[in-house]
Amino acid sequence: MSDTTLTGARVALVGNPNSGKTALFNALTGSRQKVANYAGVTVERKEGQLVTPAGRTLSILDLPGTYSLRARSPDEVVTRDAVLGKLVGERAPDVVVAVADATNLRLVLRLILELKAVGRPMVLALNMYDIAQRQGLRIDLEGLARELGCPIVTTVATRKRGIEDLIAQVDAIAASGALGADSAWREPGAGEIREAHREAQRILKAHVRPPERPDTFTGKVDSVLLHPVAGLAILLALLFVMFQAVFTWAKPVQDLIDAGFHLLGVFIALHLPAGIITSFVTDGLISGVGSVLVFLPQILVLFLFIILLEDFGYMARAAFLMDRIMGGAGLHGRAFIPLLSSFACAIPGIMATRVIDNKRDRLTTILVAPLMTCSARIPVYTLIISAFIPNRQVLGVLSLPGLVMFSLYAAGIVSALGVSFITRRLFWRGAVEPFLMELPTYKAPDALNVARSVALRGKIFIKRAGTIILPMMIAVWFLSSFPGAPAGATDPAINYSLAGRIGHFIQPALQPIGFNWQMTVALIPGFAAREVAVAALGTVYAIGNADASPGTLATTLAHHWSIATGLSFLAWYVFAPQCASTFGVVKRETNSWFWPIVMLVYMTSLAYAAAFVVYHTAAAFGLG
Amino acid sequence: MHAMPAEPVTADAVPLAGAAPVRLSAARPGDRGVIVDVRAESGSAGHGVGVHELQRRLLEFGFVEGAEVEVLHEGAIRRDPIAVRVDDMRIALRRRDAAEIWVQLDPR
Repeated sequence: MSDTTLTGARVALVGNPNSGKTALFNALTGSRQKVANYAGVTVERKEGQLVTPAGRTLSILDLPGTYSLRARSPDEVVTRDAVLGKLVGERAPDVVVAVADATNLRLVLRLILELKAVGRPMVLALNMYDIAQRQGLRIDLEGLARELGCPIVTTVATRKRGIEDLIAQVDAIAASGALGADSAWREPGAGEIREAHREAQRILKAHVRPPERPDTFTGKVDSVLLHPVAGLAILLALLFVMFQAVFTWAKPVQDLIDAGFHLLGVFIALHLPAGIITSFVTDGLISGVGSVLVFLPQILVLFLFIILLEDFGYMARAAFLMDRIMGGAGLHGRAFIPLLSSFACAIPGIMATRVIDNKRDRLTTILVAPLMTCSARIPVYTLIISAFIPNRQVLGVLSLPGLVMFSLYAAGIVSALGVSFITRRLFWRGAVEPFLMELPTYKAPDALNVARSVALRGKIFIKRAGTIILPMMIAVWFLSSFPGAPAGATDPAINYSLAGRIGHFIQPALQPIGFNWQMTVALIPGFAAREVAVAALGTVYAIGNADASPGTLATTLAHHWSIATGLSFLAWYVFAPQCASTFGVVKRETNSWFWPIVMLVYMTSLAYAAAFVVYHTAAAFGLG
Repeated sequence: MHAMPAEPVTADAVPLAGAAPVRLSAARPGDRGVIVDVRAESGSAGHGVGVHELQRRLLEFGFVEGAEVEVLHEGAIRRDPIAVRVDDMRIALRRRDAAEIWVQLDPR
C-alpha cells in the first residue's frame, strides 16, 4: 500500500474498562462522532473522524472495553471481531491504539500481549498519565516501548494532553504502510493466561517502579461506600435523590415541551383547512413526536446521574452492594443499572443490558425491565389516582394518593423480582454465572465528557423516537382515524374507526376485569405508548384536549367508572405490555421474535390476573 | 499502596512453614496473603460457565499464583460478595467463585 496519496486509515481504540478510552475518543474526534449499531447486534458502534496535520483522514472506532480478546459479552465479541477483522462488512483496523490507565497496567499488559499476537500495527497510549506522575509512579517509557515493540504515547485525555503526539504516531504508522503480521492469536487456555501474566509481571518489574504516593483516597471512600450498613443507606439515599431529580428537575422543561407541541398543533390546526391531512399532522405527527419528546428531559436527568456515578467509579460499587439482594431473585449484580434506567423508560434500560456478560442473565433482565415503573405510566397513574383515590391523610403524615403511587412502584419492583425468580427456576435451573468485577479507583468526572455522554444518550433517544416510536404512533393514528365517522354520527369518531372496532371486538374478553368498551378502545392507541391512553380516554369520552385538562377527565371518569374499575385499570397498567416500541427493542436486542412474544404473553397474563383479582376484591367490598 | 509482589510463587514452592492454604471464600476482611493455587474443581457446582471457564476468568482478573490478596470488604447478606485487593487492583467477586482460589494467609 503506497501512502504518498494519503489514503485514510482506520484506527481502533482497545482497552480495559475504566481506562479513559471514551475520554480519549472524545479528545481525538471532538464532535465529529456518529453512533450506530453493528450489523445484527445492538452493540453501539461509535466512530469519529479526524484529519491529521499531514492531511490524512483517520476514522477512529471506539471499541467496547474488555480485559481479554476471549470475548464473553456481546460487547466483547464486537471488540474481538473488530480487532481480528471478522466483523461483517468491516475490515481489520490499520492501526490499533491500546489505551491503558497508566496507574493500572497489570491487566492491560496481558491484553496488549494478546493484541500483539493479533499482529496489527499498534500504538500504546498511557492515559491518565498526570495521575501516575502525581503518585510518583515511574515508567521507563523507552524500555517498555522496546519490550512491547510499539511506540508509546503518554496522554491525559481529559486535558487533551498528548493527543497531537498520538495522532502523529498513528499517522507515521499509516504513512509507513505497515501491514502488520498475520494474526497468531487464538483463545488462550488457563496455562497460557498464567504464562501471559508472568510475562506481564516481568515487564512491569523491569520497567515500572511502583508509586511513591499511592492512591489512598479510594480505600478510604470504599470503607464508607462499601460498608454493609452505611453503604446500602447511602445507595438508597442516592437513588432517592435521583428520582426526586428525575421528576422535579425535569418537570418545568417537560411542561414547556408539552405546551410547545400543543401550541404548534393549535397553530397548524388554525392555518390548515380541517381535514384528514390536518388531523394527520396534528394528531399523528405532532402529538406523536410530542408525546415521546416529553420524556427527553427525564431521560437526560437520569443519564446525567448514571454517567456521573459511572465516571466517578460508583456504579461498580452499587452492583457490589446490590448483587446479593438481586441475586436472591436470580438477577446479576450488573442488572442493577439497566433496571434503574428502566424507571425512566424500559428502552434505554433494555439497551443497557449489554453490559451483562451472560446470555441468560441478560435475557432475564430484559424480560423484567418493562415491569419497572417507567415514566410513561405516570400520567395514567396520576389520572386514575386523582379520579378515584380521595386526597386524605393516612397515619397523619402520609397522603393516600402518594401511598397508592408508592405501592404501584413497589408492585412493579416486587413483580420484577418474582418473575426473574420464576424465570430462573423455569428455564435456567441452577446455573449461576460468576460475578467478577473490577472496582475502579475513584476519579473526578470530567464535565465536558459527562456533557458529551449525556448529549449522546439524548441523541440516541431522539433518533429512536424518530425511527421506531414515530411509525408506531402513525400506525395508531391511522387505526384510530379510519374509517371516519359516518355523517350525522353522535358518538365520538374513534368509535367508528378500526381501533374502535378492535376495542369492541375484544371488550367481552376484558369484561371480567371490569373494563367497559371505552376503556378497551383507549387501550388500542395506548399500545403505542402508555401515556397515550390518557389522550385516548379523553377522545372516547369526547373531551377535547384531555392532556391539558386532566381534572375534567378525572371527574368524567369518576362519574362513569366504579372504583373497582378504576383500581382494576391501575393494576392492569402495572403489568400490561402497553408499549409497542419496547417489543421492537427486545426483538432487535434478542434477534428473535420468541422473546418479545414470551414477554407479551407473560405480561398480558399478569396484567389480566392482577386486574381480575383487584376488580373482584374491590367489588366484594362493595366498590363495584 | 504496597510494594511489588515478590517473584511469582508456584504452589510447590510455597514454604511449608505456617498454616495450610485456605480457600479465599473462607477469608474475612483484613485477611491477607499470597495466592498459591487457582483450581478448576467443581467445588461449588452449578456454575453457568463450567469450572474451566471460571478458572480462566479468575486468572484474567489477576487471580494468579503469586499475587498478593487482601480481603477488603464483604456484603451485608451472608457476608457476600467480597471485595478483594489483588496486587494493586480491587476486584469484587462472590464467595462461591472465590472458592477456587487457594491462599496462604499471612499470620495476623
